Amino acid sequence: MRARQPAVETSPKVSDEVRQTTCYMCACRCGINVHLKDGKVAYIEGNRDHPVNKGVLCAKGSAGIMQHNAPSRLRAPLKRVGPRGSGEFEEISWDEALDVAVGWLKPIRETDPSKLAFFTGRDQSQSFTSFWAQNFGTPNYAAHGGFCSVNMATAGIYTMGGAFWEFGQPDWDRTKLFMLFGVAEDHDSNPIKMGIGRLKANGGRMIGVNPIRTGYNAVADDWVGITPGTDGLFILSLIHVLMQSGRIDLDYLARYTNAPVLLNCDPKSKMYGMFLRNAEGKPQVIDRATGKPAPFDKRGITPDLSGTLREAGITHKPVFHQMAEHFLSPDHAPEAVADRCGVPADRIRAIAAELARVAFDEAFELDIEWTDFRGETHAKMIGRPVSFHAMRGISAHANGFQTCRALHVLQILLGTVEVPGGFRFKPPYPKPIEAHPTPHCGASPNRPLDGPHLGFVRGPQDLALKPDGSPARIDKAFTWENPLSAHGLMHMVISNAHAGDPYKIDTLFLYMANMAWNSSMNTRGVIDMLTDTDDDGNYVIPHIIYSDAYSSETVAYADLILPDTTYLERHDCISLLDRPICEADAAADAIRWPVVEPDRDVRGFQSVLVDLANRMKLQGFTKDDGTAKYADYADYITRHERKPGIGPLAGWRLPAEGSGVGGSSSEAHAEGRGSPNPDQLKHYIENGGFWSQHIPEQAQYYKPWNTAYQDWAVSLGLFDSPQPYLFQLYLEPLRRFQIAAEGHGQRQPPDHLRDRIRTTMDPLPVWYDTTPPEQEAYPVHALTQRPMAMYHSWGTQNAWLRQLHGRNPLYVPTNLMRQHGLQDGDWARVTSPHGEIIVPVMEMAALNDNTVWSWNAIGKRKGAWALEPDAPEATRGFLLNHLIHELLPPRGDGLRWANSDPITGQAAWFDLKVRIEKAPDQTESQPAFEPLASPVGTGPKTLTWKVGK
Amino acid sequence: MHPAPSVILFSTLSGLGFGLLFWLGLGFPDVSGGVAFVFFAIAYSLAVGGLLASTFHLGHPERAIKAFSQWRTSWLSREGWAAVAALIVGAAFGAGLVYMDQRLAVLGWAASLLSLATVLATSMIYTQLRTVPRWNMPLTPVMYLAYALAGGALLAGQVKFAIGLLIVAGLVQIACWMLGDRALAGSGSTLATATGLGRRGAVRAFEPPHTGNNYLLREMVFVVGRKHAAKLRVIAIALAVVLPVALLMAPFHHVLAALAVLSHVAGVLTSRWLFFAEAEHVVGLYYGKR
Amino acid sequence: MTALPETTQRQLGLVIDLDTCVGCHACVISCKGWNTENYGAPLSDQDPYGADPSGTFLNRVHSYEVQPPDGAAQLVHFPKSCLHCHDAPCVTVCPTGASYKRTEDGIVLVNESDCIGCGLCAWACPYGARELDLAAGVMKKCTLCIDRIYNENLPEEDRVPACVRTCPAGARHFGDLGDPDSDVSKLVVERGGMDLMPEQGTRPVNKYLPPRLKDQIGTAPAAPMPDVTDQPGGFLGWLDKALEKL
Ligand SMILES: Nc1nc2c(c(=O)[nH]1)N[C@H]1C(S)=C(S)[C@@H](COP(=O)(O)OP(=O)(O)OC[C@H]3O[C@@H](n4cnc5c(=O)[nH]c(N)nc54)[C@H](O)[C@@H]3O)O[C@H]1N2
Ligand SMILES: Nc1nc2c(c(=O)[nH]1)N[C@H]1C(S)=C(S)[C@@H](COP(=O)(O)OP(=O)(O)OC[C@H]3O[C@@H](n4cnc5c(=O)[nH]c(N)nc54)[C@H](O)[C@@H]3O)O[C@H]1N2
Ligand code: SF4
Ligand code: SF4
Ligand code: SF4
Ligand code: SF4
Ligand code: SF4
Ligand SMILES: [Mo]
Repeated sequence: MRARQPAVETSPKVSDEVRQTTCYMCACRCGINVHLKDGKVAYIEGNRDHPVNKGVLCAKGSAGIMQHNAPSRLRAPLKRVGPRGSGEFEEISWDEALDVAVGWLKPIRETDPSKLAFFTGRDQSQSFTSFWAQNFGTPNYAAHGGFCSVNMATAGIYTMGGAFWEFGQPDWDRTKLFMLFGVAEDHDSNPIKMGIGRLKANGGRMIGVNPIRTGYNAVADDWVGITPGTDGLFILSLIHVLMQSGRIDLDYLARYTNAPVLLNCDPKSKMYGMFLRNAEGKPQVIDRATGKPAPFDKRGITPDLSGTLREAGITHKPVFHQMAEHFLSPDHAPEAVADRCGVPADRIRAIAAELARVAFDEAFELDIEWTDFRGETHAKMIGRPVSFHAMRGISAHANGFQTCRALHVLQILLGTVEVPGGFRFKPPYPKPIEAHPTPHCGASPNRPLDGPHLGFVRGPQDLALKPDGSPARIDKAFTWENPLSAHGLMHMVISNAHAGDPYKIDTLFLYMANMAWNSSMNTRGVIDMLTDTDDDGNYVIPHIIYSDAYSSETVAYADLILPDTTYLERHDCISLLDRPICEADAAADAIRWPVVEPDRDVRGFQSVLVDLANRMKLQGFTKDDGTAKYADYADYITRHERKPGIGPLAGWRLPAEGSGVGGSSSEAHAEGRGSPNPDQLKHYIENGGFWSQHIPEQAQYYKPWNTAYQDWAVSLGLFDSPQPYLFQLYLEPLRRFQIAAEGHGQRQPPDHLRDRIRTTMDPLPVWYDTTPPEQEAYPVHALTQRPMAMYHSWGTQNAWLRQLHGRNPLYVPTNLMRQHGLQDGDWARVTSPHGEIIVPVMEMAALNDNTVWSWNAIGKRKGAWALEPDAPEATRGFLLNHLIHELLPPRGDGLRWANSDPITGQAAWFDLKVRIEKAPDQTESQPAFEPLASPVGTGPKTLTWKVGK
Repeated sequence: MHPAPSVILFSTLSGLGFGLLFWLGLGFPDVSGGVAFVFFAIAYSLAVGGLLASTFHLGHPERAIKAFSQWRTSWLSREGWAAVAALIVGAAFGAGLVYMDQRLAVLGWAASLLSLATVLATSMIYTQLRTVPRWNMPLTPVMYLAYALAGGALLAGQVKFAIGLLIVAGLVQIACWMLGDRALAGSGSTLATATGLGRRGAVRAFEPPHTGNNYLLREMVFVVGRKHAAKLRVIAIALAVVLPVALLMAPFHHVLAALAVLSHVAGVLTSRWLFFAEAEHVVGLYYGKR
Repeated sequence: MTALPETTQRQLGLVIDLDTCVGCHACVISCKGWNTENYGAPLSDQDPYGADPSGTFLNRVHSYEVQPPDGAAQLVHFPKSCLHCHDAPCVTVCPTGASYKRTEDGIVLVNESDCIGCGLCAWACPYGARELDLAAGVMKKCTLCIDRIYNENLPEEDRVPACVRTCPAGARHFGDLGDPDSDVSKLVVERGGMDLMPEQGTRPVNKYLPPRLKDQIGTAPAAPMPDVTDQPGGFLGWLDKALEKL
């Protein structure tokens, strides 16, 4: 018997309209198709044409609809009416809000702009916010990179002119062996997943180095469950084995790195350890053809890795000689490091052998001719199909800068950077350090700052110090304590401002950073600092302005809230001036635009900044006649020019006329360089929200040295002239700091830092132990990982995502479970030198034997995020942040050393060590905080979200 | 499985009701007129009450009629048909007894048969499920039938039959528990087969797919403590079988008989609670809960 | 319509690669999004912002640890949705005919307007692939995105399930497993695709590709690495010779 099958509507209408914009649930910035029905968001999917995600979308991206309709969304500007931290607010008008803000900011600007500290979190408009801060005149601006992964950024940029993060990627189509260090998720979320999928489909293999085997490490063919904080040792040992067996790419090293650059080898010389330079300051090498010294970039020369040059009585040898001595030291032998790394010596050797085998024995050639910066034409491009990627796992340690450096040196020794099958940069990288600014901190009343805040110091001369040697910045970035802090130190702002060290501030202006909760080390301490009052009963930090879109924990600690729209309701610009969406073979940038109108009294924060700038008549925002240059952010995106012809967006500019600078103009439009086009945003919208231009085929690899690439980059406006450079295996700027620490030069470090600078700022990568002595009583490493389906704190308000990760157990390795008599669901007391938490545990076998971990930022404060106070996030969820302090415990030397990398100031989140023991059953995770009053109430009891009924 | 009160009530009450109807159809006790009315009323309120209770757990009880459509394949549908048929035929037979003092024996036998068929169909709803190894065995329908017959006999005042059948039901019940305790292991379904990963090594459930709750966990991943279950088994047997048998063996008294019935019902309810609560659905394997 | 078709013209289904799935839950949420807005009643959520959030999902990603006899424990992410079984017990138990298996493509569907929400089909499914929606009172399950795969309002390349379209790692493949020449069938042969709980006799259409062998580097003795520093002149001696050869 066969009854009739019901008729199924197989071709229903999908939506009324699709609007294409850019996702915002993480820094990956995928293109999205927003399907609308009756003007409402009905469905979000990936944009197939988009360079970043090519149609795919992660869980957060697909759940954007729940982010957009979240009950935690702020509704109007808020003025605090209860004490700080109570969560008691009154809704006010925008006029009132902006008046209050100007009332605080204007007097500061007129007297001492450094009394404003303006710090932004996870936002993606840093070129704009920094422009605003620069025009305001305060030196105190940075984004959150200092506590995020500045080690990775800085080590990459100093070493090879570009970093991992989302600024480069493995040559996914061609790589055969991919080695991943310390990544749970990372910024390039979808591209990494797509890449791993492609690698595997092509028959490639993957090695994961991570104490925890989840996610990417779970699909890795080989897993190295390393002891946290020891990757540097492990990598130095891989280098040792490769050098010892001669399995390195000598040709590549000679041509493209500073391995042949001549180094002053006379310990008595003042220039000991510095490069031999010619009159123009160019580093010198020995030309193999002539045996004579020559500037590294002289046409036609072949630099020599061997040889000695005596000049003016001083012996100079290639950097490579010093590298050999350094890396071949028995200290770096596998047998010497195996125990500390938790990786058997045999395995280290086997991995080194495998890297070499794939790099050299599986090398291949592409028939693409290219010409290098010395004028030599190469008939082929040589592929070395080994690639690396790494992120916070090696970066967020106090030895992270040098560890990241070591990794870059490893990939360069294998000759696998910017070659087919290896690691490739994405425009605007590669870019030599010389093409980056140095930091600026010259503030004076009523004037813009004397230059960009953040930059790359070349030596002590570039530190941001006042004439008296005290820090110029509230976060003490670019000081002797952390000279290369290229992203600032957001994690120090509140504690320094509270301590009045180096000085007091008047207004703390935060944007999009949940500093009163998961973004801070020592959360309780930060809360106390934010609410602390002086003898007169005034808050120690007098004014706090905050822009958030949701009712986060930090909202409760601000005096004035500027409610933002959601990402679907505003203009944004993902710019080549900032963190664009380029691919290794294409330049690309993108926008967001209001695909739906806000249904409440909220405004895009960038437009609010423009408004504030206009009210204060900040220079860069004001025409000569005193009227405002820009109506709002969209207007700024279209018409702002950083330099003539270069604006926030590279696509659909206008040729020649106007500013008089034309680029590679097509018929009607110019790309990269060109004058502002009033219709630019319209073109972006028509093109799906992004613009991209492919890099010509012969320019796609060897970019730092490839004439075709350099010329292309100039034509696009990435540089004004070709900028070929060498990879810096030996980092001369570090040597300059060592020289200062040895007592030479004008600017001298304080005595207590001399030793540390000498040992940590080694110009060749080194490893040092970051386990402080007092941590003997805390034998277990404690880490966090980002869940792929949750974005820091903002994911949890999401009705769909919070069903996946609504609480976070502490994962404990099987051996420690047994040792402490723990079972799944039991509670454990976890103690660090700084504090204690009591949390539920869960067993995990695929985990380093001496490591516990949890998902990051699931734990929530009661009353925040429009969740019910008994939400599992607030009752069973927890933060490890309570155990981490921005300062290390006192050591009896009268000093409090920062819990940061001594070179970059990178917050050392993952240096945390703890002790665990079984605790009695609890009803709630400890510490439990008092609930906040919610300015937005709580969410509905059921959800049946369907727009098209 | 989640021991939902509606399903427990349903299977217990309708089992008793149809059990009683079975005996009535066969002419035990041989009653007519008002007395017959009372007996039939009891049988019908139990059977219909049970059926009504069963609709409480439906998402759309108003569509219940649709459940009659799939008698070719679905035991639930067959149960519906059998129940309705048993009730109609039984009603005709009962009407004869009550209003016409007529014993239409063929109708009675048909009603008895249909009653048994109903109980069988009910039991087959569970028995057919390979996903619940504890239910998926021939003894399950035997147990349902045994309880229905014993309970029916008890209600019908058939003391001798009742004693015998209660003892049989008790033995079947114990056998069910013993076999049932081994059923999951015997089913061959393990986390290794569920994931296909067994060839690699020992498989252990790590993170659940969601920290939030869901239908599957509520409905199928009910876990009852072993000690708790053992205690309830003793209570179930004591109430459903031992006590009623003892009471029946005592010199007959209406109060004792009523107590025996009450005890039996309470026992069967306990047994049915266990029937669900102890039933391990293989989906629990995926959640590491087996 | 609870009789199962003897054969179906096609056997559409998914092939899920356990070697590649990174456990990102993208497929879970895109499925939730699509099916909330499309086929039948929305997938509702109860107490979505409260203490006990719970909702209907048609696809969930588990994770398992596997401890091989020697070597490190491994972790496998494991997505699971309806397997569109040939011998689908969920269909035959359905009293109303709401559950059925389509003759043209083998997709197992619930006709929501016939469903009484008895839950029996979910009991019959060994895989936990069906969830009763508490707000709508009807049974929900993976539709294999029947309203996408034939949808003429979608561009041709988008006529695949939402979860497949979104999977960043490319761990989900969609196609006709009844056609031995289809890409999915070839993949199954090549990679030893397997059935889940074959002993349940459901004969799933969806197949799972097992993880590749792990932790192999260093298990077989490799050719020993030379030691160039052993030679006369040590490393620099070797270097000079090596440079000469360049
Ligand atoms: N223990 C531990 N702590 C850590 C880390 C760790 O690994 N372990 N990681 C650290 C790192 S790397 C980072 S980057 C930080 C991240 O921490 P945060 O940068 O604080 O990230 P979020 O928690 O996402 O908070 C950002 C704030 O932005 C708000 N927001 C969201 N969307 C919008 C919007 O459209 N407009 C505005 N104005 N606001 C919006 C959110 O509501 C939230 O309050 O955490 C750090 N903290
Ligand atoms: N889904 C999602 N995506 C995100 C974010 C998010 O919140 N959610 N946040 C974004 C942000 S702000 C950032 S900074 C990036 C960060 O992305 P990731 O760099 O992936 O950062 P984490 O999640 O902190 O993961 C750190 C990893 O390092 C490992 N690890 C810790 N210590 C060591 C060590 O000593 N050695 C090695 N080898 N590994 C170690 C940890 O086990 C963990 O796997 O992700 C971005 N992308
Ligand atoms: S990775 Fe996910 S959250 Fe991040 S931008 Fe892409 S889709 Fe959005
Ligand atoms: S997986 Fe479950 S719901 Fe799907 S066809 Fe098979 S038995 Fe039915
Ligand atoms: S819940 Fe609906 S689809 Fe499932 S068996 Fe019952 S009527 Fe059929
Ligand atoms: S095929 Fe469609 S309905 Fe099925 S799991 Fe994938 S997205 Fe969900
Ligand atoms: S989207 Fe793909 S990789 Fe992510 S969980 Fe689903 S199947 Fe796995
Ligand atoms: Mo970050």
